[in-house]
Amino acid sequence: MENALNKQAVSDDLMILNMGPQHPSTHGVIRFVITGDGEVMQRAVPHVGYLHRGIEKLAEGLPYPSFVPFTDRVDYLAAMFANHGYAMAVERLLGIEVPRRAEYLRVIVSELNRIASHLIGVGAMAMDIGAFTPFLHGIREREKLNDIIEELCGARLTYNYIRVGGVSFDFPQGLDAKIRAFLDTFEPLMEEFDRLITVNEILVKRCANVAVIDAETAKSYGLVGPNLRGSGVDWDLRRDLPYSAYPDFEFNVCLGRGFRGTLGDAYDRFIVRVQEMQESVKIIRQALDGLPEGEIKGKLPRKLKPAKGEAYGAVESARGELGYHVISDGTDKPYRVKIRAGSFNATSIVEHASRGLMIADLVVLIASLDVIAPEIDR
Amino acid sequence: MVEEMNSPRVIEAGLEGGPGQGAVLWGKASYLLNLSRKHSLWYLLFATACCGIEMMQTGGPRTDLDRFGMVFRASPRQSDLMLVAGTITYKMADRVKLLYDQMAEPKYVIAMGSCASCGGLFQKSYSVLKGVDLIVPVDLYLPGCPPRPEALNDAMMKMQDIILSEDWRRKMTEKTEPRPQMGRGGILKRA
Repeated sequence: MENALNKQAVSDDLMILNMGPQHPSTHGVIRFVITGDGEVMQRAVPHVGYLHRGIEKLAEGLPYPSFVPFTDRVDYLAAMFANHGYAMAVERLLGIEVPRRAEYLRVIVSELNRIASHLIGVGAMAMDIGAFTPFLHGIREREKLNDIIEELCGARLTYNYIRVGGVSFDFPQGLDAKIRAFLDTFEPLMEEFDRLITVNEILVKRCANVAVIDAETAKSYGLVGPNLRGSGVDWDLRRDLPYSAYPDFEFNVCLGRGFRGTLGDAYDRFIVRVQEMQESVKIIRQALDGLPEGEIKGKLPRKLKPAKGEAYGAVESARGELGYHVISDGTDKPYRVKIRAGSFNATSIVEHASRGLMIADLVVLIASLDVIAPEIDR
Repeated sequence: MVEEMNSPRVIEAGLEGGPGQGAVLWGKASYLLNLSRKHSLWYLLFATACCGIEMMQTGGPRTDLDRFGMVFRASPRQSDLMLVAGTITYKMADRVKLLYDQMAEPKYVIAMGSCASCGGLFQKSYSVLKGVDLIVPVDLYLPGCPPRPEALNDAMMKMQDIILSEDWRRKMTEKTEPRPQMGRGGILKRA
């Protein structure tokens, strides 16, 4: 394929540029081969597989509960969702009822994790465009979130917190107040962040009307999550395919509306992420207020041996639908685990969306899709 | 810096005079060179997986690496230290070798996290390199999955100690032991 590209480039007098896999703006080890006519790209073809660790294959050799730590590494910026999706799929396979308190705890940690992930997402986008300060603001806030989650489960990044049947630890004493204190400081900080970067004229000029993805294209490429909602498609698993304790809470699904330009441009996707953080704050407050008493882990058999069959569990991760399709053959190890991750589809749209863009805007496109390498390659 | 020189380990350098008197710094040329090298360690921004996030956090406001004179560079040609932060797959392995070869001497490598040290959680995977020391010489191994920012901070300080204690001329001329080469589709195994 590369040779074919090169031949075509030579014959058409085009330029071939290689970006990645070691490049600070590709958000992990992804490689793009850019065919350009001067500064204008004809297309940028993503090459993936530089972080293929064979996680799906490893699942086949492990008992059901032992695979949970591996799911952390599927999406290290938002590992709670990755835990949650797998746990849900196995629970459906086993037919286990999860206690109410565990479901609430899951929602709280997931939404905290969504804030942490989006902080990096929007911060890194600003950094790629050239503004380093918002990224450091994001990192600073993320450290506070890491502290909270570390107090809860002992890990900063790879949590292994949401297990099959429930969660691993209950809230330690005083964590409730700490989360509330964080939320109280976070809201004014979001306003500061907005003043610093979201309505910043330079960012708006760089992102508005750039890399427009219309609703039809977004749907046909299978985009999910903030990327899909940025194109104006009203779809959120938390509301439309309710799971866990989400039906108990009131929140808005944030949509792109062409805030500063065309519907579905990079700026819309940026804004959707900023707004989703505020919605997450709302959900966490409601969940903390209504946190029921009770067990944190459902009744599990000593050895998990689901009957023959298959189940699909999907959560609305920070990067959209993250689904696990688990097939059981009746033994204590899964026959097959398929992970459906949003970043893979988001990478596939790069070739389409990069047509006619300037080379410098490719960075904006990749950053606005907020892809993460292990979710692409798994 | 003054404290470093007064420490018992160092006897070949010193500082005479005080503030406002026009102080004189004396010492062996190699020591003074090492001192300046140690305090401007530029590391290659090479984040492949989870450890990369902790590397970002380490460069962030809490565990500020800038105070050691460490700045991240995106290009291997400008950096002295390669922080291999994350899993290296076979597909990525020859790129790592290429990046290492592009760095200018003297150069150092830290294998951050258990994946880069030995394959870690992905020991049994068919596509993961079982330790980056199979393709490039490693100066420091940092365990953890992923290591905390404090651990990376400590590793950086240990790296500084290594730099201070060695003869930079020997580092420039010494021949590194031959490493197994990446064959096309070949699978590297520890001897």
